[in-house]
Amino acid sequence: MERLPSWLRQHLAALRAVAVLTVLLGLVYPLVTTGVAQALFNDHANGSVIEKDGKAVGSSLIGQSFTDADGEPIATYFQSRPSAAGDGYDPTSTSAGNLGPEDVLDVLPGATDDEGRQSLLTQVCARSKAVGELEGVSGARPYCTPDGVGAVLKVFPDRAVSVNQACPATPFTATYEGREVVCAQPGEDYAAGRTVPVRGNATTPVVPADAVTASGSGLDPHISVAYAELQAPRVAKERGLALDRVQALIAEHTTGRALGFMGEPAVNVLELNLALDRG
Amino acid sequence: MSEIAAGTLFVLSLIVALALVHRPLGDYMYRVYTTPRHNRAERVAYRLLGVRADAEQSWGVYARGLLAFSLVSVLVVYGIQRLQDKLPLSLGMEPVTDHIAWNTAISFVTNTNWQAYSGESTMGHLTQMTALAVQNFVSAAVGMAVAIALVRGFSRRRSATIGNFWVDLVRGTLRILLPIAFAGALVLVAGGLIQNFSGVHEVTTLTGGTQSITGGPVASQEVIKELGTNGGGFYNANSAHPFENASTWTNWFEIFLILLIPFALPRTFGKMVGQVRQGHAILAVMGVLALGGVVLTNVFELSGNATVPQAVGAAMEGKEVRFGVSTSATFAAATTLTSTGAVNSFHDSYTPFGGMMPLVNMMLGEVAPGGAGAGLYGMLILAVITVFVAGLMVGRTPEYLGKKIGAREIKLASMYFLVTPILVLVGTAFAMGSAEQRASMLNTGPHGLSEVLYAFTSASSNNGSAFAGLTVNTPWYDVALGLCMVLGRFLPIILVLALAGSLAAQSPVPEGAGTLPTHRPQFVGLVVGVTVILVALTFLPALALGPIAEGLS
Repeated sequence: MERLPSWLRQHLAALRAVAVLTVLLGLVYPLVTTGVAQALFNDHANGSVIEKDGKAVGSSLIGQSFTDADGEPIATYFQSRPSAAGDGYDPTSTSAGNLGPEDVLDVLPGATDDEGRQSLLTQVCARSKAVGELEGVSGARPYCTPDGVGAVLKVFPDRAVSVNQACPATPFTATYEGREVVCAQPGEDYAAGRTVPVRGNATTPVVPADAVTASGSGLDPHISVAYAELQAPRVAKERGLALDRVQALIAEHTTGRALGFMGEPAVNVLELNLALDRG
Repeated sequence: MSEIAAGTLFVLSLIVALALVHRPLGDYMYRVYTTPRHNRAERVAYRLLGVRADAEQSWGVYARGLLAFSLVSVLVVYGIQRLQDKLPLSLGMEPVTDHIAWNTAISFVTNTNWQAYSGESTMGHLTQMTALAVQNFVSAAVGMAVAIALVRGFSRRRSATIGNFWVDLVRGTLRILLPIAFAGALVLVAGGLIQNFSGVHEVTTLTGGTQSITGGPVASQEVIKELGTNGGGFYNANSAHPFENASTWTNWFEIFLILLIPFALPRTFGKMVGQVRQGHAILAVMGVLALGGVVLTNVFELSGNATVPQAVGAAMEGKEVRFGVSTSATFAAATTLTSTGAVNSFHDSYTPFGGMMPLVNMMLGEVAPGGAGAGLYGMLILAVITVFVAGLMVGRTPEYLGKKIGAREIKLASMYFLVTPILVLVGTAFAMGSAEQRASMLNTGPHGLSEVLYAFTSASSNNGSAFAGLTVNTPWYDVALGLCMVLGRFLPIILVLALAGSLAAQSPVPEGAGTLPTHRPQFVGLVVGVTVILVALTFLPALALGPIAEGLS
């Protein structure tokens, strides 16, 4: 090898280095790690699978949807957070929603296609309204209209348009700084107007933050304690259980902060629902 | 306890843990890179590689070895992805598309780990293990080798050589990364991460639907993804995925792994140049900038100033319940202050200023504490620029650690600092100049610009995190960002090695009355100032049009 030109020698050494390191780091290391991990932490290493009546029903780490075939919430179960993973909680297509914090303008149905596009603000408002209706509480939030879209105006010199409310809806406010507020005509271009989200006078929302936002993974197995407590009366009623019993189960399936300060307390939805099914 | 109090304790506990380990680990790495003895495994490795381990190399030979190794790595990683359907454990995955395979190969070899691919639907287990995870190790070892070579430039006198690339590569991998990774992987499995070779298995859920539970050797890859400041996830959702980051304490542990080596290397540097206090000064600069980044990201995210977070009541979009807002923000800061780019929450949905912080952290040059190795060499270049600037101000001879900073040295250091801004700003300009590339933006207005600016900043500074709304798996973005990654990694490395060579050749000048002391708080303050001002002058206009415009609207 010493007789080869030096550039070729370098590349041969490089090729051998990649080969040797690939065998060591790409095969030996993961195989040994797997062997030891399987021996020491068998349950974890295989995905923390949980069973009901001897059959696997999921993983305690991976969230699930508790909805029927039409996507409607099943009232006897605690509901998970909204999910952007595939059609919801699809581990083969994990994803976040990725819309920005000022994404407030919808494309109304009928403007470019039949479906349009909901802005993140309208998604939040619509989810809040739906959760409020399901739990029998107010779904009102700041920056949301009573009909569950983002309360956003496009302001022109002579008028203002409530751009997320398609006609014939009644605008969430009649006037804005002396201008008349009108509903939006799908397809009309309001880009020239000044965008003004209107906070309104809603106070602290009853529906918690995690109930109206999608998680980063789309597989979040948890909900906040507040969201679980909001759902408890409905689940207790549907199942004919005492509220105390359901609240005790929530407490049982709440993970506190590790060491008292790491992260946030969280309720595991699948484990909680499974405990309810087991009675 | 409030989330703010818990989040503060979380950061403090990380600081304490890092303060405890940086010394022993730094001393250990010092011994690894300076001992003349090769252990038995290494001697076998050198024989297999066909290299003479005791032959010292000039900077040119060192650089050529590094480039040859990286070139071969790119070809092998590309090849494995393109042939994965013919290899075992493919899980029935098709060959990875050519432009995504090229982008991913470049991305992992350059320690960027940008995800143009979605792990669970693109990569078989063998590809993950032998193509991606292997590069997680060696690209980090390459970065550390370059940093050590630069330090040798300062510590050696009248030397024509700066070490042996193959020895540095093998030692960094076998003695530092591999043992920590093995132990760390087991800790992560204890925390709930998976480690198996199963494919997808279907379960019937409680409501009678089906769900596909994925398998894979995740923990062994996750640990080196953080430790090597790589960041490419096994899954699309990266460290937000419960199988990659199962609990609140695995989250703490992953941040700890991200910061572990970068914060220990200044100690190694101090020992190698024979003045531990010089290492302390560098560590102090890193610490000040890092703490600033972490605190600001937390403040912006927790205050939640933007329309949607105000409507929601907290900046929870794109974040997991178990991590909450604060520890998500801390993770985001850690991953961008280093060159990691792993995410446990999605930056695209952060508040305007909260989302600007990861961008600013990357624009600082990823020096606080920066990537494994890359952080130390970036910071030393900044120190060189600082002594030069200080020298200009007071008329002192610019010198650092007894080495004169002459015309050649300052040219190399300046060129180092021009590479990233040029790639970022030119790349962003090209993308924004074309309607077709603008169509990849998910968000409109200033936030759309932030997405593109983030992508080019992340690629050029080899970070790999993203404002993930941008659709980047198109041929144009795959090629353009791939070029940014290559140039953003290897041009600076060549310049650093050239600088190492020219410093090593010098004989040290004795310290005199005209020497600027480089271990005092004054110097620490100067370096922090130079770092911030360099970034502010370079990137402020672009930031003003993106996140700042969005945040002030």
